[in-house]
Amino acid sequence: MRILAALLIALSLGGLALPVLAGPPDVPKGAGEKCLADAATMRRNHMSMLMHRRDATMHQGVRASTNGLKACLDCHAVNDGAGQPVGIDSDKHFCRVCHDYAAVKVDCFECHASKPAAKKAAEAPAEAEPMAPPEAAQESGAATPPKPEGPK
Amino acid sequence: MSDCMSSRRDLLKAAGAATLLAPGVFLLAAPTPSKARPEDTATDSSVRWGLLVDTNRCDQECTACVTACKEEMGLTGHGRPATDAQYIRKVEIAEPKTGFTRSLPVMCQHCSSPPCVDVCPTGASFKRADGIVLVDRHVCIGCRYCMMACPYKARSFVHETTTDQLPNNPRGKGCVEACTLCAHRVDAGIVPACVEACHSKGRGAMLFGDLLNPEHAITQVVAQHPTSQIRADLKTDPGVRYHGI
Repeated sequence: MRILAALLIALSLGGLALPVLAGPPDVPKGAGEKCLADAATMRRNHMSMLMHRRDATMHQGVRASTNGLKACLDCHAVNDGAGQPVGIDSDKHFCRVCHDYAAVKVDCFECHASKPAAKKAAEAPAEAEPMAPPEAAQESGAATPPKPEGPK
Repeated sequence: MSDCMSSRRDLLKAAGAATLLAPGVFLLAAPTPSKARPEDTATDSSVRWGLLVDTNRCDQECTACVTACKEEMGLTGHGRPATDAQYIRKVEIAEPKTGFTRSLPVMCQHCSSPPCVDVCPTGASFKRADGIVLVDRHVCIGCRYCMMACPYKARSFVHETTTDQLPNNPRGKGCVEACTLCAHRVDAGIVPACVEACHSKGRGAMLFGDLLNPEHAITQVVAQHPTSQIRADLKTDPGVRYHGI
């Protein structure tokens, strides 16, 4: 009898909570036409794909950029009201939307950046200060002679 | 592609000319694009990345390399120099009897026999095929044996929760980290941030290149001028060499 009562209470509580949990989460749409694979495959296997990528990148320097975590974030960044990508601290973050729903803790972002590189940082390699040609280095060297030198 | 390759070769040849100014002093060529590897291929041991520091040109007051490193790798400190992460630091050396002093940047020396790799209990410390010594933070348990083993004091431990990391340098609390020789840049054919800053803001005391490639300026300079490895007696065979100490 007690068990039945407990069950009824649980059910009624569940009924109360039901509207909050109704339906799967509203997953933000990514940029671009399509992902690396269909949604079902990505949902089931994205962690394996990332796992494989991370070791190849770290140990062998394979940096093909289409299927790493950085590439995920490039397409799946969610912008806030000001048009800036949100970080993992926001519950609108692409990864969090599902992970919160599934109650699976994602700890990637304790180390990894959770939003795409800021524009300036992303363009830094291309826009780095022009490297002085050897002639320029020689000229500047002549203009500023080294400090007193010589063998020990 | 062939045009690109030939122009790169020309550039490297031009850069190979290190001008001898006076005994013991030579100008190092400006940084040149290194051998860019197709990004879907693995590194291999036909390359051995190395750095050469001309201590005669390194200015005691200049910290351009240190600043550039912090910016490139997203290293933010907590105002506690003893424990804040540093991948590169300026070290002053002095000969007490003569008063001879030198200031030089010291970072992970990317040894070919790295003690940090020897002692790592999990295999997190490892050496890439092209000679770059790295920490795989996915495997690091933060025991800090490598920090003890490193004769160059090159590694740091992240003591506190970090936020706002840069995409090119994931880092977090509980892991050991060190100079990566800017592996992310090198893989893209760009010289390390410290070398670039040394040439654009400092006095061009650093030279980066492949120690196995006879066309690279660094290989020609180390063949023609006396250079040394720090604590060569330990036979760790660093990839970072110094001139003038």
